[in-house]
Formats: sequence, structure tokens, C-alpha cells
Amino acid sequence: MAMLDIDNLHAKIEGEDGREILKGLSLKVNPGEVHAIMGPNGSGKSTLSYILAGKEDYEVTEGSVTLDGENLLEMEIDERAAKGVFLAFQYPIEVPGVATMTFLRSALNAQRKKRGEEEISTPDFLRLVKAKAAGLGISQDMLKRGVNVGFSGGEKKRAEILQMAILEPKIAILDETDSGLDIDALKIVSEGVNALRSPDRGMIVITHYQRLLNHIVPDFVHVMNNGRIVRSGGKELALELEANGYAEYQQDAA
Amino acid sequence: MPAVQETVEQVRSIDVDQYKYGFFTDIESEKAPKGLDEDTVRFISAKKNEPEWLLEWRLDAFRRWQTMQEPKWARVDYPAIPYQELYYYSAPKQKAGPKSIDEIDPEILATYEKLGIPLRERDALLGIESTGGSRVAVDAVFDSVSVATTFKEELAKAGVIFMPISEAVREHPELVKKYLGSVVPVTDNFFATLNSAVFSDGSFVYVPKGVRCPMELSTYFRINERNTGQFERTLIIADEGSYVSYLEGCTAPMRDENQLHAAVVELVALADAEIKYSTVQNWYPGDSQGKGGIFNFVTKRGDCRGDRSKISWTQVETGSAITWKYPSCILRGDNSQGEFYSIAISNGRQQVDSGTKMIHLGKNTSSRIISKGIAAGRSDNTYRGLVSAHRKATGARNFTNCDSLLIGDQCGAHTVPYIESKNSSAHFEHEATTSKISEDQLFYCRQRGLDPEEATALIVNGFVKDVLQQLPMEFAVEAQKLISVSLEGSVG
Repeated sequence: MAMLDIDNLHAKIEGEDGREILKGLSLKVNPGEVHAIMGPNGSGKSTLSYILAGKEDYEVTEGSVTLDGENLLEMEIDERAAKGVFLAFQYPIEVPGVATMTFLRSALNAQRKKRGEEEISTPDFLRLVKAKAAGLGISQDMLKRGVNVGFSGGEKKRAEILQMAILEPKIAILDETDSGLDIDALKIVSEGVNALRSPDRGMIVITHYQRLLNHIVPDFVHVMNNGRIVRSGGKELALELEANGYAEYQQDAA
Repeated sequence: MPAVQETVEQVRSIDVDQYKYGFFTDIESEKAPKGLDEDTVRFISAKKNEPEWLLEWRLDAFRRWQTMQEPKWARVDYPAIPYQELYYYSAPKQKAGPKSIDEIDPEILATYEKLGIPLRERDALLGIESTGGSRVAVDAVFDSVSVATTFKEELAKAGVIFMPISEAVREHPELVKKYLGSVVPVTDNFFATLNSAVFSDGSFVYVPKGVRCPMELSTYFRINERNTGQFERTLIIADEGSYVSYLEGCTAPMRDENQLHAAVVELVALADAEIKYSTVQNWYPGDSQGKGGIFNFVTKRGDCRGDRSKISWTQVETGSAITWKYPSCILRGDNSQGEFYSIAISNGRQQVDSGTKMIHLGKNTSSRIISKGIAAGRSDNTYRGLVSAHRKATGARNFTNCDSLLIGDQCGAHTVPYIESKNSSAHFEHEATTSKISEDQLFYCRQRGLDPEEATALIVNGFVKDVLQQLPMEFAVEAQKLISVSLEGSVG
């Protein structure tokens, strides 16, 4: 069984007249694999990431998701996080007055506690952050500022990757991490992500454009349209999409 | 962040409707006859062996009070207060004026121990060694009387007078006579006038010229007896060039009926003096249905009487069913400064109407107001403030920032700022925001592993950070815990 196993997932927006957004999506992610999901706007890519993380605005109507054989859909949001699900947000949220450092530490300790582990000691934590932050070009000053408050687009994305590096998830979902980044920022972020590729970790990289995949080279590429995966292939599929666009898949759906 | 973790654990360990300080001490007390008339006033004055002038002062206040109307302009709604059904004086029965801590009723000592307030200096010292904090002198007021004041002798060496006001009336009549009612006049308002007639005990502080008070001073108010109002009176005088930091804390038992608390606090800062006054108010707020709780109608005012003087109010308000409280500064001296930092939290059915007045009279006076209101449950939270510049207040400056945070969708936050400027050189700035803990913020924090309570505590602590920083360190930690406890059950 795959580490993350999404099988025939159907989901709609919560509420009686909620529109169905996922229409039978299946995907298996094993440790060490990087899967890219590409697709046009509105194909359901971001919805998939929210549902995996447990956002409460959606209702799963059919299908299943398991992480290491456990039913992910029954877990609370924070429980999923403690089990190793990490979502790098397309638009990271501001938490004013809470220093990034404090936030990181609270999150790490909350996860550790849920897993029955000891809280990290202050010196160990400081060492850990210092080491990881340096690689991402994150200054001490930025760590003292409120979470995402006054951060530039690039800083926000780097901060997301720092959180991922500290929390060491099993399965990382990167939602349009390249959006709003210039080429230099894209490089730094990609290097950060590549440094976190590991035989124990699976990744789902959601993106609209092929250019991110020049930096984060995926093992598999999936094309998503109208709520399901319509084609899967190797990294060369991304190049084909870049050349031909999504038009042929959208016609299929129509 | 360890404080957040601690808070959350504390929150979990208690039930939703639990107020930690809600216990009652069973102790025999001596009360004035029920109700209020001139005899009650005479009874209180006689109990305290007061001089004739003070009795006259009280009676004058009482006569005025009878002609006054309860103010109704605040955004609070409460049943009529049955003034004739209350007791205006209640004191634990004991030998008059315990000479040493060993003469205090062990029940009372146990009460304060339970509240975490060490009345034995030895214990206080032990506590300090283990926490590494600074020393704090405590005046403990139980219903209508002060039961103990610690570190009096050591303070006396520095020339600082710190004692119950009833004692100060006898030992330092010249100071009391000179300053009592000089900041909050007898006629000031309905509740202040009532207090002037029946005030029982409270603290008196005098810091002489040029002295920096060697330790934090604090008063701990406890209402214990049923149907009893507490009417304390605090008077703090910082003589020229002196400095004092003072903290008050308050708790009361859980009761189904409402209890009245109408205090008056007067601060006087002479030239170059500074007074920092902090409050952690945690009176019983009533249950989640709005039954019981303290009615807190308090008049607090500081007079920056001398040039370059400074008065700073910091308050963390989490308790009381009704809060009506506007700690204010009169900026009389040239170049004087006033500050007001406030965190007001309401949950359940609590109603808070609180804020400040900054009255600029002198030249180049400046004031700063930072107010953070947090409303949860079905509560209402109003900031009401006045900033005014007299026509002679050339160069007056004010900065006001009022932020409100809503948790849930059944509570209300309101901001009522008044600005009056009669001097064209005055420069007043006002900022206000109202925000809601958003679903997105909660989702983001939870995605990182925090449960809903931890996430809320973290977001709220971030929201109030600039005010918490103003509190003395030890109390900042306490206040942080208190904030989460008061918001318990608000997520959901």
C-alpha cells in the first residue's frame, strides 16, 4: 500500500447546493516520490490540497484517503499535521504580533506533544532554526517579525519552506509555491524544497506552470482537469504541456 | 512558547463554567446594619476611629449622593442596584488591628495562600528566590478592611509610606487631608460620591522627593461576604522626582447574586515624578448564562500635577459582569505625559464599557492610548475615550490606537472616541481597527499542528502583545494565562 493513497475521491463545497469539485480523483504517493499536479485554473488543484489538509469548507461524498493505512479523512486538522501532513499555502496567512520564531516553536512542540514526544529544548530549537533559516536566506530579523506580516511575496514562500524544514513532514503539499516569485526567489525556494527531498518523504507539487519543474524535477507529472486526473506521465509530460497548453484536456471535459 | 502551552493546559484542567477564585471563606464577620443612611456612614467612620473632619467629609458626600442619579450613558444593561439591600461594611471578626502576621485569622491567611498571594514576608522571600523575580510588597484588603501589609518596615527605611488608608488617616492626617478628593472630587460622579460616603479601606502610598520606590507595591482586593459592596479608596502620591510602580489584583467568590464594587483611585504625580499603575482585574464575571458576577463601577484618575510628571495606566480586565471604568490622566503640568494601555476581554454575557480620558491642560503635554478589546461568547465590549486639549494646551499631542478582536459571531465590539481640541497646535491621531479571528488564521495555525484552543491563545496573545509588554514581567505571565482562561469555551 502506498504511503498516501487517494482513491476515487469525490468532494463538494459544503452546503446543500455545494458544487462538486473533485469527481473521482485517485493518486498514490510513496516515500521519496515527488508528484507534480498541473492543470488549468478551476480544475480542483487547490481544493485537493485543502481537503488533504482538512479544511472544513468541503465535504467528501465518496472515496477514501489513507496515510500509512490510516483514514486521513476522519482526523482533525491538527491531528493530520502531527501525522506528517504539511501544506505550503499559496497565500500564507498573517498572524500579527506572533513572532515567526514563537509560531514555529509552538507548532513544533504541539506536534511533538501529540505524538507523545518530548518538547524541544530552547538551545536545540535555536540551533535548528538557525541552521535551516540560513540556507533559505531568512534573517534573524525576519524570524522576530510577526508571522507573514509585512513579508514580501518571496519572503512568505521562503518562510513556508522554513516551516516545512522545521516540522519535517511525511507528506508535503506545495500549493502554487511558485506564484508571485521572481526568478531569483524561485531558485532559492526550489533549492530549499530540493534540500528536503528525502527517501522518507513524499511531495505533491501543485503548479500551473512548467517553469517550477525545471527547478524541482518531479518523478511523476499528472494533469488534472474537471476534478480528476486525466493523464499521468514522467517529467517530460510537463514539457509537452508547456508546448501545447491544457486545451486538449479541457475539450475532453466539455 | 511555553506560556501558551501552560495556559492551554490550565484551560483544559477546568470546566467551562469554572472560575478559579470562586471559593468562599467561611469566617465570622462583623457588618454594618443593612442599607445606607447617615447612621451607616457614622458607623463606618466610628469603626475606623476617624477624626471629625473625615466624618463630615463623608456625610457631605452622602447628602450629595442622595440628590444624584446613576449615570446611564454607558453601553451596559443591568438590573437596578438595590442600594438599601446591601451591606456597606463587613470585616472579619478579630482583634482590632493585628500587630503581626501571627495574629491574623488563619482562615484569612489560608485564603490568600489559595489565591497565591504570600502575606508572610518570609514566604514572599522564598517565593522570590525560587522564581528569581523582584520583590513585591502587598496590602491585602478583605471585604472592607485591610488585613495585612507586608514589607512596611523596609519601605519605611526608604521613606516610602505604604499602609491601609484607614491607618494613614490616623498616622499621616496632613497628607490625607491635603490630597484626598483632590483628583476625584466628592461631587465627581454618582459612584465616586457613593464611595466618598462609605469607603472602607484601600491603600495609601506616599513616595518622598527623589525616592525611587525600592520594590513593586501591590494591593490585593478580595470580596468575600455575601450582599456586601466593596468601596475601596486608593491614594498614591509621588512627590517631586520620585518613582513608584503599583499593581492591584482583584477576585471574588462565585455567587448567584450580583455584588457591587465602586472604588475610587486617585494618583498625584508632582514635578518629575512617575507613577506606573497596573491592574489585573479578575472579579467573578458571572456564569455563562449571565447569572451573578460583580458590578464594577470604578473611578480612577491620575493628576500629573507637576511639570514633566508621568502617569501610566495599564489594565488587564477579564472579570466582572459589568465593567464601567475609565482610568484617566489630567495633564496639568507642562511637558507631562499620560499613558493608557488596556486589554479588556469579555466572554459569556459580560458587558464592558471601558476606556480613558486624557485631559491636556499644560503646554507640550503628550498622551498615548493603546486599547485592545477582545469579545467572545455573547458579550459586549465598548471602548469609550475622550482626548481633549484646553485652549492653553499648546503643543498637546495624542496618539490613540483602539483595536477590537471578535471571536465568534454573537459578540459585539464598539468604539466611541471623543476628541475635543480648543488649541489649534494640538496634534491628535486616532487609529481603530476591528477584526475577527478568521477561519483562515485558525486553519493555518491548525495545519501547523496547534489545536483550536492553542491556536486561539496564540492569535490573541499576538493581538495584545504591545500591551502585555507594559506590565511588570511577573504579571505579564499571569495576565497571559488569565487571557486564555477567560476565553475558554469561546472556540467552537
